[in-house]
Amino acid sequence: MAEPVSLEYKIEGNDYMVAGAASNNIKNTLKMLGIESDVCRRAAVVTYEAEMNLVIHAGGGILKALISEDKIELCTVDEGPGIPDIGKAMTEGYTTASDHAREMGFGAGMGLPNIKRNSDVFEIESTPGVGTQLKSTILFQK
Amino acid sequence: MNLKEIAEILDAEAVSGADLATVDIPNAYACDLMSDVLAFCPPGALLLTGLTNVQIVRTAQMLDLPAVVFVRGKKPLEETLALAKENGIPVLMTKLSLYETCGKLFAKGLEPGYAPTKEA
Repeated sequence: MAEPVSLEYKIEGNDYMVAGAASNNIKNTLKMLGIESDVCRRAAVVTYEAEMNLVIHAGGGILKALISEDKIELCTVDEGPGIPDIGKAMTEGYTTASDHAREMGFGAGMGLPNIKRNSDVFEIESTPGVGTQLKSTILFQK
Repeated sequence: MNLKEIAEILDAEAVSGADLATVDIPNAYACDLMSDVLAFCPPGALLLTGLTNVQIVRTAQMLDLPAVVFVRGKKPLEETLALAKENGIPVLMTKLSLYETCGKLFAKGLEPGYAPTKEA
């Protein structure tokens, strides 16, 4: 891969019919580039969970993927309500998801911990009232 | 076990362009919580669920799951079936409950897809 591949998607808030389409595009791109299936799958879980967070919690946002020779960097940026207590949000089972999100099978409080588990490097910054930025890096060879 | 055998065991209706006999199923995972499916379901597992929205197919797609079984006689949304078709994910529909679906497949030897990790 000579040049890094950069993908960027605008994700609409509360649109559960389209949610996941961007993640699927990223996954397909990784597969086309011949990236190992375990990495594709981890990247897919990270992007999908992050995309669902934008849909469920943030009123939408931007999902970016930068695929380079040795890693994929996945970022989301939103201007949602922010996370007052990141430690709590990282606790399995803690959720603030709406009833609607739960009816769809989400909002079990597994999202952020699951993103972290599938990342080699995981960073999250959030300011209540301003928004949240999440970055996950997955290395191709460890 | 292949998907054709599974369809017969569950007396299930199939919505798929694929030849079910060619879809090999090594194990299964049953859950109505997609958050948990994303966290615990291994690749290759057959997903058994009573939820029928499009995100079920998205979840299957993300995890490389070979097929989905909708239980309790639930009719999936048209959009759900369209997305499954578009992505070549076969769908089965059975009238059985989730419990009975699991029980029948387990009795026929289909392995669980998830094994709990041993706490130290």
